[in-house]
Amino acid sequence: MASNSLLSKIATNDGHGENLAYFDGWKAYDRNPFHPTQNPEGVIQMGLAENQLSFDVIQEWIMKNPKASICTPEGLAEFKNVANFQDYHGFPDFRKAIANFMSKARGGRVKFDPDRVVMAGGATGANETVMFCLANPGDAFLVPSPYYPAFYRDLGWRTGVKIVPVDCDSSNNFQVTRAALEAAYEKARNNNINIKGLIITNPSNPLGTTLDRATLTSLVKFINDKNIHLVCDEIYAGTVFSSPKFTCVTEVMKEVKNCNRDLIHIVYSLSKDMGVPGLRVGIVYSYNDTVVKCARKMSSFGLVSSQTQHMLAAMLLDDEFVTNFLETSSKRLARRHWIFTTGLEKVGINCLKGNAGLFCWMDLRKLLKDKTFEAEMVLWRMIINDVKLNVSPGSSFRCVEPGWFRVCFANMDEHTVEVALKRIRAFVGVEFEGNKKRNNAEVFVNSPRKNRWGKDGLRLSFGSATRRYEEVMSPRMMSPHSPMPHSPLLRAS
Amino acid sequence: MCMLSTKATCNSHGQDSSYFLGWQEYEKNPFHEVSNTNGIIQMGLAENQLCFDILKSWLAKNPDAAGFQRNGESIFGELALFQDYHGIPEFKKALAEFMSEIRGNKVSFDPSHLVLTAGATSANETLMFCLAEPGEAFLLPTPYYPGFDRDLKWRTGVEIVPIHCTSSNGFQVTETAVTEAYQEAQKRNLRVKGVLVTNPSNPLGTTMTRNELNMLVNFVEDKGIHLVSDEIYSGTAFSTPSFVSVMEILKERECVDDNGCSELWNRVHVVYSLSKDLGLPGFRVGAIYSNDDRVVSAATKMSSFGLISSQTQYLLAAMLSDKKLTKNYISENHKRLRQRQKKLVSGLQKAGISCLKGNAGLFCWVDMRHLLRSNTFEAEMELWKKIVYEVRLNISPGSSCHCTEPGWFRVCFANMSEDTLDLALQRLKAFITEYYNIPEVNGHHQTIRLNHSRRRSLTKWVFRLSFDDRSPIPGR
Repeated sequence: MASNSLLSKIATNDGHGENLAYFDGWKAYDRNPFHPTQNPEGVIQMGLAENQLSFDVIQEWIMKNPKASICTPEGLAEFKNVANFQDYHGFPDFRKAIANFMSKARGGRVKFDPDRVVMAGGATGANETVMFCLANPGDAFLVPSPYYPAFYRDLGWRTGVKIVPVDCDSSNNFQVTRAALEAAYEKARNNNINIKGLIITNPSNPLGTTLDRATLTSLVKFINDKNIHLVCDEIYAGTVFSSPKFTCVTEVMKEVKNCNRDLIHIVYSLSKDMGVPGLRVGIVYSYNDTVVKCARKMSSFGLVSSQTQHMLAAMLLDDEFVTNFLETSSKRLARRHWIFTTGLEKVGINCLKGNAGLFCWMDLRKLLKDKTFEAEMVLWRMIINDVKLNVSPGSSFRCVEPGWFRVCFANMDEHTVEVALKRIRAFVGVEFEGNKKRNNAEVFVNSPRKNRWGKDGLRLSFGSATRRYEEVMSPRMMSPHSPMPHSPLLRAS
Repeated sequence: MCMLSTKATCNSHGQDSSYFLGWQEYEKNPFHEVSNTNGIIQMGLAENQLCFDILKSWLAKNPDAAGFQRNGESIFGELALFQDYHGIPEFKKALAEFMSEIRGNKVSFDPSHLVLTAGATSANETLMFCLAEPGEAFLLPTPYYPGFDRDLKWRTGVEIVPIHCTSSNGFQVTETAVTEAYQEAQKRNLRVKGVLVTNPSNPLGTTMTRNELNMLVNFVEDKGIHLVSDEIYSGTAFSTPSFVSVMEILKERECVDDNGCSELWNRVHVVYSLSKDLGLPGFRVGAIYSNDDRVVSAATKMSSFGLISSQTQYLLAAMLSDKKLTKNYISENHKRLRQRQKKLVSGLQKAGISCLKGNAGLFCWVDMRHLLRSNTFEAEMELWKKIVYEVRLNISPGSSCHCTEPGWFRVCFANMSEDTLDLALQRLKAFITEYYNIPEVNGHHQTIRLNHSRRRSLTKWVFRLSFDDRSPIPGR
């Protein structure tokens, strides 16, 4: 019998993180995905942080710029040079274009050096590469919670790096404090854990907020004091849609006296800002020359396809396009955010006040039976199975307070947002008419399951929807980031 | 306190080897057919530039694949969003069928056992992460691709123990050599997890014989370890004997399902890529094929760190699904490679230089032992430097491929125009004539003396060992 020991521990452990409950929602969605016409009672995907609002802007540019493709008659002449090009420095124009885009996404307040732009296989690859450069197996990084669930895999699976969470809570809007960092750092040291650095996501996933300058400054000072690294995952930098403006770590780095630049590293990607995760454009941008060199060698394991580099180089060096795209995207995200949050407010659901990202951090604490994660799970399963929305429970982001949920709003059209809001309204069933002492949601949550629908006030338009959707895709579970069961790309061949 | 990881500050990325230093010299003075005819001709780069015209002409006739269109409608959005690590089904199907076609349809590949990766570089590293712990070892026949030192060892912590092959039998892998390597590993307290071969071989330019493959399969079966076959050059086997994939060997043994050797079936894995066969290294298209579901599952998850761009998958799905194209391409590719190799071989012969008899790959394994001052690697380096600086050809010294015999060089022939190859051969012939076969002057052959007088100019060849980070452009 083939023993597991013939495979590595990495291959057979859970370090990939896919057995987390987080993915149960995906499975429910996979089995019964919403479609406006073909399956209007299916599960709406609100667990996927994608930016689908501004493709038309990109599409229009592509149509007008056939030369950017190596396959059109206009661009074919470049086919050989592009197809042959595997230099891990990347096309100079590509690096220039990325530096240009990164700068514009930060309102031009920071300039980036193309020679420090290093490719990676998406931000997924970039984060892993940075860990390989900065830490040895067994070393640790501080990570403020709540944080992106896949950090568990990206930072630690193959690198052996440990995550030491720095817990944040709603008492101060989940801001990370110096005190919390110090406490986490000391505790780790007392347990003989070697902290190599701090990694933050700014703007934050899942909070949808940007770090204010003062907080960012305190973080930069903290890592300098401890002589540890600071990795800023700025993957959502271009999704800031309202004030306060985004402060890039570079701005603070320049202001903090005696800041050691060798400790500052940025991870970036086009997956969120431009909504192109399929193109796998990850970037490592470090102020440490050795890290740049090392990351560049490691980029061999996840270079950006030269075809993609070529196209994006042309696109992102087009200043008019970039300015127009960022403005349009920002406006549309702002509007979508407003529609969604006001829709929630109408039924008494509040979100953390957000100004960035593709999601809201929704406060459902008052719908919990009690202040426990078990209650959060119960509520979550109800939302998936009965309200038919795949949202992400805060526990999957290692939030220390039960009752918070991340809800994505930019990966669907407006009609679907309306359907989602309708379902939420029905579920919560709050009517601000004065006479009701308890809202129906409480009734809903506390009643035994079979009596639930009998109570007054609850209009129930979805039964236990059982109509099986005949999927044209193969039945295997899609990867956690796969969004589109209806995609023609998945048509059975 | 060391601020960076050991990986960041050590040398196991292998980029300080002479192999890559030759690159640096080339980049300082690269040959150009028009603007720099005295420059160094790149013959250290295993690229296939012979058949782009076929691909271009297909593209000209198939606009949809190109411009993010399907039946005239834009699917940019779907492609932009598609990051499912299972890959685009049409692409995997087409790739699996292409792999089969290359093997004369003697074996078939199940797309659901194919894992897409960003190049064979990523495929090989991923397999190591899946099959071995840090500190464990894989046996590799020498000479081998210099990039393996980075791909297999650097971030994984896996060790390579060489299986020494020699010219006494055309560098074929023998049972004795494999056994010795295994014992050597044990002496070093390294647990051997498998054997990794490149077939067709880089740098030898030969396909492995059935005997070798059977011997290796027997060996891994006996030891209960893995066999990884990097078949990245499988589509470049341009003359007889025809290419035999390890999958064919397994099939012949009827190692399926419940038949006794199904265990073995699960321990044989193939790596593939379109970088050599189709000449598309920029597109980063690699694949792992494994019969073991657990390996497929783990590798698939790991591929998140290096997925293939969806627009590239889409383009190649369309290309590879066109069977007319693939059939024509495969046969034209063989034909042109064969002609090119013949030209190089005969040109070398005219200079009194022989090669290992090759039938595959994008290079020849050239025997320059007779040109060495002594049978040492120092002499090999000296000769190599002469060739780089005086002859102005960047070729790869055997030592960079871990060859145990000094005097062998890998010379690529498919990454330049025919005229450039002619020029390279002329230069080489002139060099040989001058140094080793000086015509009679005043009734005396002057040979050795000239070497001494040239020595003064040798000093300028001293390398600055700059750890400059030129991209090695692996040029497998």
